[in-house]
Order: sequence, then structure tokens, then C-alpha cells
Amino acid sequence: MEDNGTLEATLAPAGAPKPEATVIKVAGGQPEIRPDRDSDQLKIALGEFEGPLDLLLYLIRQNQVNIYDIPIARITDEYLRYLNLMQELDLAVAGDFLVMAAQLIELKSRMLLPRDPLAVDEEEVDPRADLINRLLEHEKFKAAAQMLWSRATVEQAVFTRAEMETDKNNPEVAVGLFDLLTVFQKILARHKEEVLMEIEREEITMAEMIERLRNMVRSAGELNLITFFERAGSRHELVVAFLSVLELVRLHEITLLQRETFGEITARAASPA
Amino acid sequence: MIDKAKAATATNDDVDFEPQTSSDSETVEGRRQISDAELKSIAEALIFVAEEPIGGESIADLIDVETDAVENAISELVREYDSRNGGLQLREIAGGWQIATRPEHHENVRAYLRSKPSAKLSLASLETLAVIAYKQPITIPEILEIRGVQSPSAIKTLLDKRLIVAKGRKETVGRPMMYGTSKEFLIQFGLKDLSELPSIEDFHDLAGGES
Repeated sequence: MEDNGTLEATLAPAGAPKPEATVIKVAGGQPEIRPDRDSDQLKIALGEFEGPLDLLLYLIRQNQVNIYDIPIARITDEYLRYLNLMQELDLAVAGDFLVMAAQLIELKSRMLLPRDPLAVDEEEVDPRADLINRLLEHEKFKAAAQMLWSRATVEQAVFTRAEMETDKNNPEVAVGLFDLLTVFQKILARHKEEVLMEIEREEITMAEMIERLRNMVRSAGELNLITFFERAGSRHELVVAFLSVLELVRLHEITLLQRETFGEITARAASPA
Repeated sequence: MIDKAKAATATNDDVDFEPQTSSDSETVEGRRQISDAELKSIAEALIFVAEEPIGGESIADLIDVETDAVENAISELVREYDSRNGGLQLREIAGGWQIATRPEHHENVRAYLRSKPSAKLSLASLETLAVIAYKQPITIPEILEIRGVQSPSAIKTLLDKRLIVAKGRKETVGRPMMYGTSKEFLIQFGLKDLSELPSIEDFHDLAGGES
């Protein structure tokens, strides 16, 4: 980052990189040319590339020419050479660079054309004017970017107090005391319900269930077991009910009847043996 | 505080001079009067707790005094902070006031916070930001034209970092969206407002002078 934006960075000539791990710094970007160990080729690692205007500015600085009087032919040649280098190095040359190349070539040809002898001197516009203006504008913004960069650097050294745990910056606990109370009450209520159920479960003992079955069989004479099981309010009760049926059968107090295969089972008091 | 305020209330109209016991009668012409020292101390407390730079007007509205009085109190505070030469500064940023550490302590502060300088913007992003800052409101095609590139990726980065925001549409063909810098931009670059940016023409010497 230190070299970014500074145009005076010491630069190896773009056209003739030294083979040994030369670092080429281009205005803005930091492309790096490294020798590939497995072959004789050079590999280029490009930093961030800043576009054709940057490359042009770089070439202008490199050639130490006056930005207000750019030798278009020379700079165009340099520019194209650089593009060729990029292509040789298998870099994807962005379309922006090709557009600029075309503009430069056009400019070069216009510069080569003899001046219109009939044109009044004052009306003649330097064909480079537009490009020069864009370059100057670009340089200004580069300088402005540099200024922003230093400002940001200073700002990064300034700290404000740590964030406070307010509702706003802590959305996960963005609740007030009363929200918490409401939730807590709900939890309490639910807990109460659970406790009630547990008590109920404990109320029904095996003995009680057996007694209930006995009474139901006695009063109804014949009891559909489904009716009996459906009275069970919980899994636990259901198990106790099932066991009580087994128990009474074992004690020969009831007999079970199934009138058809897979049909409903009914219980009735066993006839005394 | 309210009691003090009541006591300090200069009653310059025909209101009963006795301290009022009813709750909302300590305003005089809609404004309460508070001693300078108290105002300074309230302002400091509010600036401290404010999450974002807080403007003198917000403080004035909150405690119901004249904005000028608050501004004066804050100026006095700034003088105190400066003369004390302590670790904190009271500074104006993004249209508000903020208490922050002085930059010279950054190494120790960072060591304590175990923080590293956050990733800086790439040069492409910074240049794009510079273009937007100086040319706002500006459309994406205009930005790309000035920068001589065709990729809008830097603009997206800036939007993602909330440094720029949409500023309406340009009334031209296609009504393209225009962009400008955000409050976050002012904060991150330590600017009171956009007028604090050096004029773009000041960069001219820098730009053209060295050939």
C-alpha cells in the first residue's frame, strides 16, 4: 500500500525486466515479476491494476516528458510495448487498455497529419488536449485518493469508546425487563402444567388402575378394552392400564374375548372356576 | 437536576416567583435555563454516551436550551480537553461531536484492544471514492469515464462499505442513479463535513507541476 499512488516509485523499465526476481512497480499496482523455478519463463504477479490512464501516467513519468506536451508517438510505442509484454506474459489485458491503445494510435496519426494550411492558428486545437485534460484530471484524483488514504490512516489511530450494550447494537437481547418478565411467566406457567401432569401420573398406581378396571368390568359386565385404554391420559397410565389387564387375567378375575381375528377385545368378569 | 434547573430558572415574565411544584412549568419561553457549568457537564456526558457523533442541536433539543448555549459550552469543553493534554480529544466529526482517543496513543490502545488496523481500501476504491467525493452527485458511467476504466467493482466495494449512498436519479435518458458520499465516509475519514475536503484544484500543482 505504501507505494500506491506515488508516481515516483523507482521502476524497472517495463520493456526490459531483469530476470532475477525483479519487482516492477507500476503506478498504483504492484506487479511483481518472478522467475519460475521450473522453467526459464518469468511469471508476473500483478498487483491491483489501475487502468490505462495509470499506465499512461506511469510511462510519462518514466520517460520524463512534459505532460502538457506529450510526445505521442513515443508514448504510444511505449504503451503498445507494455501491452505486448502483458500479453506475452499471458495477462488478460483488460478491454480498457485496448480502448486506450486505439485512442493513442488515432492521436498519433492525427499528429502526423500536416496541419491544415488554411486554418487560422488560434482556432487550432491540440488533438492531445482531451487526453491531457483526462490525465491531469486523473492525477488530481490520484492525489485526492492519496489524501484520503492519509486521512484514513490517521483516523484508524483514533478510537472511540467501546460499544455499549444497548438494545440497538445488541439485537439478540433487544428486550426490556417486562419482555423478560412475560417470558419468565410463560415458562413458569408451562412448568406448573408439567408439574400437575406429573402429580397425576403418580396418582394412578397399579393398584388403583386394577381397581378401576375391576369396577368398569363389574358395572358394564363386558368392557371393550379400547374404551378402557382410551381413558388413560398419558403414556405412563397406558402402560399401567395394560399391565393391570394382564394382572387381572393372570389372577383369573377377568377373561378376554376376541370374537373375530384382529377384532376388538372385550373383558368380562371371569366365571368362578 | 430538575430542581436545580427550577432554581436557576430566570423568570422574566409574570410567572409566580416561587419554585413551582407542578411538574412541567420550569420553561421560560419554551427554553429552560441552566448554568454554564452544568450545561458543559451535561453536554460532555451526552457526547460520551452517544453512539454516533452528536450535534449541538440534538443536545439542545434534548435538554431544552438554546443551541448557541450548547455550542458555547462545547467550545469551552474542547478548550479544556486541549489544555489538559490528556489521552482524549473532543472533536467535531460528521456534523457532530465525539470523544475519542488521541492518535498518538494508537499503539497502546491497539495492544489493549488486540486490534489490527482494519483492511484499508484498495487504491482503485480510494480513487473511485475521491472522484465521487469531489463530483457528487455522480452517476456510475460518469465515474468510469473519469477513471478511464470499465469495471464498476470498486463502486460496489464502496457501496458495500456504506461509504457511498444513492442520491436520487439524474433526470436524463435512462434516469441513472446518482451516488454521493455518506455520513460513514465523513466518520471514517475524520471530516466535519464535505467542505473540509481540500479543493480539488489544490491538487493541481501536485499533479501538473512535476514533469
